[in-house]
Amino acid sequence: MVNRVVVGAHYGLRDWIAQRVTAVIMAIYTIALVMFLLAMPSSYENWQSFFRQTWVQVLTQVSILAFLIHAWVGIRDLWMDYVKPVGVRLTLHVFTIVWLLSCFVYSVKVVWGL
Amino acid sequence: MQMQKQRPKHLDLAKIRLPVPGIVSILHRISGVALFFSLPLLIYLLHGSLSSAETFDAYRAVIANPLIKLVLIGLLWAYLHHFCAGIRFLFLDVHKGLELQTARATAKIVLAVSLALTVILGVALW
Repeated sequence: MVNRVVVGAHYGLRDWIAQRVTAVIMAIYTIALVMFLLAMPSSYENWQSFFRQTWVQVLTQVSILAFLIHAWVGIRDLWMDYVKPVGVRLTLHVFTIVWLLSCFVYSVKVVWGL
Repeated sequence: MQMQKQRPKHLDLAKIRLPVPGIVSILHRISGVALFFSLPLLIYLLHGSLSSAETFDAYRAVIANPLIKLVLIGLLWAYLHHFCAGIRFLFLDVHKGLELQTARATAKIVLAVSLALTVILGVALW
């Protein structure tokens, strides 16, 4: 019988790839945002109108989503590296998911000005 | 069956001397954890910057607090280090820069660039 660990890795490539792909998405978003900010005169009105454009909101939301997936893989690896008792590890995994989901809901409110 | 070799172990954290790439690696992890826990704060910052003119002034007062500014500069470093070290790791993933000397050099570059950018941006934004 295969000895499966409830909160172990999936022994697969999927999360590894997801973490790299989301990293690249965030890097591109960061560089693009910095270039736009440098290109426009900095003022409250400019920043507000820049961020009220749908494409900026969409790309921001996608990048935040990338952050959440990236952080999930990273923090899950952290718990798997340092926390051995299964019960504690499962609790921390659940905490991480709730934390990230809460951040996602908050980010939707902020990004779309709800 | 081969016997387990008895190797000297130094798990005393105070005695372990990490090589530069090791320092970059552990700082990548620490900065990642810092960013994970500060995500609500970062979204709050975006929220404040997009708020209406009246609440914007209250937001600016919060940001003007020197203690908050120090925290934000700490987070700025965390982001920049994670960013630079992450790019280095992506190159290592595709087997670029694996040679010992190159890996040491790029690790030093990551440390230097992220610190320099933190100082430059930190001074500009203070």
